[in-house]
This record gives sequence, C-alpha cells and structure tokens, in this order.
Amino acid sequence: MNFLSIFVAVPLLMLLGLWLVKDQKGIRAVMVAGSTVLLIAAAVLTVMFLKERAVNDAEMLFTASFDWIKPLHIKYSVGVDGISVAMLLLSAVIVFTGTFVSWDMNKEYFLWFTLLSAGVFGFFISIDMFTMFMFYEVALIPMYLLIGVWGTGKKEYAAMKLTLMLMGGSAFLMCGIFGIFYGAGGLTMNIVDIANQTNGAHAIPVQVQHIWFPLTFAGFGVLGALFPFHTWSPDGHASAPTAVSMLHAGVLMKLGGYGCFRIAMYLMPQGAQDLGWIFLILTGISVVYGAFSACVQTDLKYINAYSSVSHCGLVLFGILMVNQVAATGAVIQMLSHGLTTALFFALIGMIYGRTHTRDIREMSGLMRIMPFLAVCYVIAGLANLGLPGFSGFVAEMTIFVGAFEHADTFHRFLTIAGCTSIVITAVYILRLVGKVLYGTATNEHHLHLTDARWEERFAVICLIFCIAALGCAPLWVSDMIGTGVAPIVDHINTFVTNASFNPFMK
Amino acid sequence: MFTYTILILLLPFLSFLVLGLFGNKFSHRVAGLIGTTSLGAVFLLSCYTAYEYFFAVGRGAAGVYEALVPYNITWLPLGTLHFDMGVLLDPISVMMLIVISTVSFMVHIYSFGYMHGERGFQRYYAFLSLFTMSMLGLVVATNIFQMYLFWELVGVSSYLLIGFYYTQKAAIAASKKAFIVTRFADMFFLVGILIFGYYTGSFSFSFVNELKLAEGATAFVPVDAARAVAAGGLLLPTALTLMFIGGAGKSAMFPLHIWLPDAMEGPTPVSALIHAATMVVAGVYQVARLFPLWIAYAPQAMSIIVWVGVITAFYAAAVAMAQSDIKRVLAFSTISQIAFMMVALGVSLPGHEAVLDNHAQLGYMAGMFHLFTHAMFKACLFLGAGCIIHAVHSNEMSEMGGLRKYMPVTHWTFLFSCLAISGIPPFSGFFSKDEIITACFQYSPLVGWVMTGIAAMTAFYMFRLYYGIFWGTENKEAHAHHTPHEAPWTMTLPLIFLTLITVTCGWGVNFGSFVSASGLDYPIHLDTQIAITSTVIAIVSICLATYIYKGERQPVADKLQSAMPRLHQWAYKRFYMDEVYQFITHRIIFAHISKPIAWFDRHIIDGFFNFLAWGTHELGFQIRGFQSGAIQKYAYVFFLGVLALLLIMIL
Repeated sequence: MNFLSIFVAVPLLMLLGLWLVKDQKGIRAVMVAGSTVLLIAAAVLTVMFLKERAVNDAEMLFTASFDWIKPLHIKYSVGVDGISVAMLLLSAVIVFTGTFVSWDMNKEYFLWFTLLSAGVFGFFISIDMFTMFMFYEVALIPMYLLIGVWGTGKKEYAAMKLTLMLMGGSAFLMCGIFGIFYGAGGLTMNIVDIANQTNGAHAIPVQVQHIWFPLTFAGFGVLGALFPFHTWSPDGHASAPTAVSMLHAGVLMKLGGYGCFRIAMYLMPQGAQDLGWIFLILTGISVVYGAFSACVQTDLKYINAYSSVSHCGLVLFGILMVNQVAATGAVIQMLSHGLTTALFFALIGMIYGRTHTRDIREMSGLMRIMPFLAVCYVIAGLANLGLPGFSGFVAEMTIFVGAFEHADTFHRFLTIAGCTSIVITAVYILRLVGKVLYGTATNEHHLHLTDARWEERFAVICLIFCIAALGCAPLWVSDMIGTGVAPIVDHINTFVTNASFNPFMK
Repeated sequence: MFTYTILILLLPFLSFLVLGLFGNKFSHRVAGLIGTTSLGAVFLLSCYTAYEYFFAVGRGAAGVYEALVPYNITWLPLGTLHFDMGVLLDPISVMMLIVISTVSFMVHIYSFGYMHGERGFQRYYAFLSLFTMSMLGLVVATNIFQMYLFWELVGVSSYLLIGFYYTQKAAIAASKKAFIVTRFADMFFLVGILIFGYYTGSFSFSFVNELKLAEGATAFVPVDAARAVAAGGLLLPTALTLMFIGGAGKSAMFPLHIWLPDAMEGPTPVSALIHAATMVVAGVYQVARLFPLWIAYAPQAMSIIVWVGVITAFYAAAVAMAQSDIKRVLAFSTISQIAFMMVALGVSLPGHEAVLDNHAQLGYMAGMFHLFTHAMFKACLFLGAGCIIHAVHSNEMSEMGGLRKYMPVTHWTFLFSCLAISGIPPFSGFFSKDEIITACFQYSPLVGWVMTGIAAMTAFYMFRLYYGIFWGTENKEAHAHHTPHEAPWTMTLPLIFLTLITVTCGWGVNFGSFVSASGLDYPIHLDTQIAITSTVIAIVSICLATYIYKGERQPVADKLQSAMPRLHQWAYKRFYMDEVYQFITHRIIFAHISKPIAWFDRHIIDGFFNFLAWGTHELGFQIRGFQSGAIQKYAYVFFLGVLALLLIMIL
C-alpha cells in the first residue's frame, strides 16, 4: 500500500468507526482522532515531499499504480506534485476545523461528511483520470443529502439544484474524459502518460482537442463557479449546514480549478491555447460580476457566495493566463480562498446559530454582544478584501503580476478589469461589517446572546492562523506550488497559440 | 551597522501583537505603557539612526549621502520579478523616520490623558502601534511593492482608528468612506506598479543613486528604464501618473479628498498622527521617492502634479474659511498644506540632460522641508484642538470663544503653531513655505502668485480659527455650566515639545544640507524679495482676521456672510463635492450597475437553469404517456411505424 492511500484509508476507517460507536462522545472521538490523523499525515507528506523534491525532479512523486479495470486500462494510480500537496493540506485543515464546527451534529451527518472528505482526498491524490472522476462523484453525491436533510431554508430546492447542475457538469466531464482517452489512442488513463506521449506533436489531434477542451473545462468550471454556471453556488451555500458550506466552498470548489488545470489544460494544451480566450472572458466576467452582485445582497451567505464567485473566478483567470507566475498565484488563491471562505462560513454559521437570521438588515451592533465572533469576522473580512499579511493579498498580487506578462490589449484589458474587483470587494465587505457588527444593537432578542464556545473558538483560531501564516511567509508555499506548476505550464507553452481563433487578438 | 533598524519595525509590531491578542488582560495603564514604551524606544532608535546616518557615516566620496540597504530579503518570488522586503536608508527615509516616530511618540503620551477611561483603551493603543509599524515600513521600503503593501496596511489602520467609536453612525460611515476612496485610488497605484514592474523589469528603488547593500541583502535588479522608454515612451509617464493617482488618494488631493474631512470622526490624537502628520503625506513621500524617475522620464507629466496641487490648495483653503467645526478647519488646512508640498515637488524643473540639480529642483527640498515642519506644527494644532475639545466637549466654534483665560498652555502653543503655518518668521513654517514659493516663482510667475495668494488665505483662516477659539464671542452660558480647564500634563507636554521644534527648526537647522535633490549640500538662502512680500501679505491677512474676528461682536463677519449667502453656503457645504460622490455611488453604481446585475443573475441566468429543469420535468411528463403498458397502443404505434417505413420504401 502506498503512503498516499492513507488519505483515502483514514476516512474509510472513520466511516467504520462512526458506524460502530453509539453515543455523541464516541462520534466526536472518532471524528477528532481521524481528522487529526489526516492533518498530521498532510503535514508529514508536505515535509517528505519537500525533501524528496530537492533530490528528485520527476513530475509526480510517491507514485503507485494498481490495475483496476484492465480491459479499459483503468488503474488506481496515485502520485502528488506541489499543487496536490498544497490541496491536500488545505483539505486536511478544512476537514479538521469542520469537525469542530459541526460539534453537535449526529452520526448520519458525520457519515456523509466523512464520505465527502474521502472523495476529496481521493481526487487530489489520483493521477488516473477515471479514478479521479470516480472520487469526484463520491464527493458530489453526499452533498445532496447533507443539504437536503441538514440544511436550512429552501433546502430541497437548493440541494436538487446544486446536484443537478453539478451532475450536468459531470456529464460534460465524462464525455471529455473519454474523448481524451480515445483521442490519445485509448491505451492509458494516466494523466502524466497522456501528456508525455508526444512525438513531436501532441498525442491528441488538434481537432479533437478543440471539441473536448471546452467540454472538459466547462464541466470542471461548473464546480469552480464559472459564469454563467455559478447559480448553484448562492442557493447551495445558503441552504447548506455550516461545515458543509465550509467544505464545499473551501475544498470542493477547488476541485474545479484543479481539474481545469490538471486535465483540461494539461492534456489538451493546443485546445487551451486556441480556445482559452473564451473562458478567459467568462472568468473576467465572473470576477467583476460576482463582486457587483455581492454589493446588493442582504443575506450573509449570499454575499459570501457571490464573493466566492468573484474569487474563484480569479483562480480560473490565473490558470488561463498560462504562465508560471499567474498559475502559481491561482493555486495560492485556491488555498487562500479555501481558508478564507471556510472561515467566513464557519463564522456565519455560528452567528446564524445564535441570531437565527442571516439578513443583514435585522442585525446590528454584534460587536458588543459577541466580541470574539465579531472581531474574527472583521479579520475574515479584511483577509477577504486582500489585506497584506493575509493570504488573499499574496494570491491576488501574484495573479496580477503574472497576468501582466501578457502585453497585448486583450489580456491587459481583462487584467485591469480584474483589478477593479479589489475595490468592489472592499465595498461589500465594509458595508456588511458596518451594518452587522458596528453600531448599537437594535434587536432586543440579540442582547443576551452568548459568544463562541471553546470548540468554535478553536476552529476559528486555527483557520485565522493558517491565513495569517500563508500571508506572512508565502515563500515556501509559493516555491512548492511553483515546482508543481512549472512542468504543466511549460508543457502547455510548447504549443503556440493560433491567434486566428481569437477575434480580440487581431 | 544599522542592523538595529529592523527593531524600528519590530517593536511596534510586537506591541501590536501583545496588545491586540492579550489587551483585555491588561489594565489601561499597563496597556498604554506597553505601547508608549515601545514607541519611546522606536523614537530613540530613529534619532540614533539619523545621527549615525547623517553624522557618523556622513557623506560618501561624491559628497552625497549614500543610500544604505541594511536588509533586503526576497519575500515572494514572481518569476523574473521579485517582491522584496527590506530597509532602505536615504536622506528622505531617515527624515521620515524622525517625523513619524516623533509625532507618534507624542501622540502616545498625549493619548494617556485624552483617552483616559475610554472603553477600548487597549484596542486603541494596539491600533496605534499597528499604524506606526505600517507607516515606518512604508517609508523604509526598498521597492515599490513593499511600499504598496504597507500602504494598504496604513489604510486599514486608518480605517480601524477612524471607526474607533464603532457604535456611532458617523464614525462607521466615515471609516468606510476613507477606506473605499483610498482603495479606489490604490487600484490605480497597483496598475501603475504592474506597468512599472513589467516594463522596467524590477520593482526596486535602485534608481536612488549610490545604493550600498549590506552583506546578505538580496541584490537589486537595476531598473531598466531605458527598456520602458524604448517600449513606447509613454509607458513610464503613464505608470508614474497612475501611481500619482494612488498618492493623490492617500494625500487627499482634489477630487479624492472627500474622505479626509470625515475622517475627523476618529479620536483627535489619531487625526493628529494619521490625518495630519504622517499617513496623508504618504502620497507626497511616494512622489518624492520616485522623483528621479519623474525628472528623468516624465518631466512633462509633472505639470499634472502642479495643477492638481494648485486646485486642491485653493479649494481646501476656500472651504476652510467657512467651516465652523474646528477639526474640519484643520482638516481642510491639512489638505491645502499637503497640496503645497505636492506643488513644490511638481514645480521642479528638469535640469540639464536630466541630471539632478539642486537649483532647478529646489521644490524637492522645499516640499520635504515643508513636510517636516508641517508635521510638527499641524500635529501640535490638532493636539491643541484635542485639548480644547476635551475641555468644552464640543467641536463647534460656537461653544468656544475666550478660552485663552482658561487654557494658557494650549493657547500659546496654538498661537505659535498658527504663526508657523501662516509663514511668519522666525517660525519653521516661514522658512519652508518661502522655499516653496520661491520654487513656484522659478517655475512660472502665475503659479508663484497663486500660491502666494493661497498662503494669504491660509493665514486668514488660521487666525479666524484662532480668534474664534481663544478670543471672540465667549459662550458664557456653556462655560458657566461647565468651566473649561487646562488639560493634564500628559497632554500639554507633547504640545510644548512640538512647539519647541516649530519655533526652532526653521532657523536652527539647515534642512538643505540633509535633504536635497542631488544629495549635495545645499545651503538655504532666503530670496529676500519673496520673503518680504509673503511675510507682508501674511501679516496683512492676519491683521484682517484680527479686525474681523477678534472682538466680542463681529459686525464685519456677519455683514460679509449676509452679503454673500450663496458663496458662504457653498463653501460651508464644501462646494457639494460629497453630494456628487453620493450621487455617483448610490444612484449610478448601486442602483444602475449592482442592482441590475443581481437581478439579471437571479432572473435571467438562474431562470434559465430553472427553466431547463422545468422543461426536463415537463418533457418527462409528456413522454410518460408512451410507456403506458397497453399492448393495443404499442401495436397501434408499431403498425403506424411499419406503414410509414413501407411508404418511405415505396416512394
């Protein structure tokens, strides 16, 4: 058994444990133990990876492969590079803190929660397209039940909408994956092998790439909240229980960006070079559109969901720039957005659990009532609007500097449009903070609410610590991610853009 | 050498962390002491740095002060570019260290008295420390990106401090406005940085002549300005102009000034520190920092700086004449004075073949000199205003009048500072303003005369303020109810200290031998003609103000006001600039961009997907009928199908 499989094995053992235990204490013990093991495993993996990376420059490290469905060349292949290690770390942190946030939930909830995390971890360690897709589905299905059963508000509608839209994306994706598989000769599902099958030309013919690239990218893009496939996000997040929102916005949405980069762009470089501009425009719209929409929302979760559309748009924006700096920035943005949004949703959940409303017009002066949560909320807000010292600043600056490496008007225009989002973000964050936290409490029911409990404080502090650490010392993360990004970007850039596909480049 | 400079940044940061995380565990006194002690240490270290830099190290072989870089590490690699963090010491950064640490230290002491017993005392000191750290980081930045990073941090500390009284609506609105307006300007700054970085291949300030790296510091990539010029000629001026817009936002230049008067909602010591002496001059500092580039590559674009400065100086002076809130008068006076500094930088003429030349670029020295003197006397004025507000519990001039009897120390320090800002010898403001006006006359007589006129307005409104507070009509009713009293020593001591600097630093220090455009020694000599003219004009306006506002009853003032009601109203309402912004943000951006987008999202895009779901559902219902299970129906369809096929085959 390969070391990496621990990340799937531990959640499976947790499932077994959860099934066996009887009371709440047992559930908590299993969850805390399991998620701590995952967190430690992720930390150990990072250290091992950095050590191994120093001496070994293979693209994927710690690889292993087992035959699974032989006639179709489907294997269970695992391996990690800098990007996946970063994503595993992120997932481990979110699962760990998510456990503390959903402290009082019952067994069934945790069963699905754990299954979801198994899917997420499996996705990030896989390097076989089919296995990856399978884990992707494993991560999606529990979402339906988690929202539909434990959600709030219009939960059935939201759960159905979210699942159907993401399933629609999966359908695209599945076509795309088989398209790649047969386009590359139908011999292997292994991502690295397909990418390296080059004998002068890429294994997949250009015409085939032009068909499957948009499908695959859009398929993953649905999960990455790409405009106009983002509308599941506000409703889904608004109805989901706290920890599910955290996991969903924090990690699941990253599957989208990761998949776009790793599968759609890496395996179909010519398609990405020729048709990437379509998606670049869509991401540019996402960034500005999400931010403007967030300005007039009145529900805390909607604000954050639209903010996610804007920030996840920046992730895809970064990778579509196809250069080392912007793509590194995009991956840092995945980390940063994951942590920040998870923190946001955790805090919104805690506030909602007390005030029983998320409407910003019905709340005010929470700073005096629940100082700890309010202060953390301000910190989360400042992190979200890209304050230096927090991760968002590092990510955004890296993306913008990278995006500026394209000197043509088309890219310049989109980059400057993207820059405007930093102002609009400030508008909606400060509006929210001013309305909800500052001022004096007008709702007398809120006057005797309590501040955060210890497990809530612990979760929030962990997240803030991670955000600040990433924001203050970005060097090692950026280096680690850079090693993962470099081969992919270099591979894509060996192919030259055919500018005749882009009407804006003429 | 200079390895200790890192402490100048670390001490306030540690103090911020300690007070921010564990502030509630300390008593007010301990929390204040932690903040003040660390700032005291920073003050001493800054003075020591200045001493070592200017005297122990002294001038290099070429007769200029060399720029030293004791620290520079790569914080974040960005491909061929890199984002460094470090400490750069050169004459202007060392001067700024002195300004910031002095004013900040004084404000720390002062706040003991002013914020006494206030809720959130620890938080207040934590934010002050955060601000001081960020501001110090900004001035010692080794590259434009580091400057931007700390630039954002000072913005947020300003936001937090303006909104210190977060239960008051006005404070919340003001803090939000300050942050968003400056962020809007920062966006231009950022784009400017990106253009600059891309075309010159570096973010660093390595164009500052004679850089000396300490051991272990990352080597600078020299700025390849030639590449930028080759790339189009206009790119570097564009980048610099965009960066200037960022600086204009921070320095409250027209039309981005609207946040500064509202920022007065913060505690008064904060106004003194952030919104008078330090943060608002960041824009001036930024232009000064990039000065060699402006001179060498964008001399034409500098006229933008001049005219923005002139308009701002005039506008703010006009508005200041009609305000009744003493902090607002000081706020507009600050805007006007910062505009003087901007104008000074802008009126520098390019020397021969873009070489820095002390005479042609007299404005550079004058601007920096005025920055220094202004920081001291304006901080003193604000702190004095704080004492007055502390005594009468109001910002309105109508609640004051005749206070000189009750508060002698405040009165005298305030008077000296007013004389300084009006440009009366031998106070510091006279010397710095005189250099600015000389530089303006060198540039163009028009600008010179306009600026002289604005200087006269300055003297007038400052003395209107002075007489309104300390002489004039006393609000005896309010004072009988609550007799004003002199502030405690923690508050008066900083006043006295700052006044001492104001009184002496003009004639006691030859500023030109520390800071000058080329770095060479530049003895300040007064242009007698200009000095006499401006002094006479200042004295005339002071006399005018005395005539109008000193007496118990003020018939002239009332007559003037009733003679020009429209003008007075317009000036009082700040020429309705705030309303214009209100209209743009609420009526246009919110109502016509955000709302429609949100509607579009919910109804069109979401509606489409709902329609898709509904369509699938309906289709399912329609098709359901086919799977009825009735054999006759299947047979009927089968028969029709066969018939159709036959028909097709026959035809």
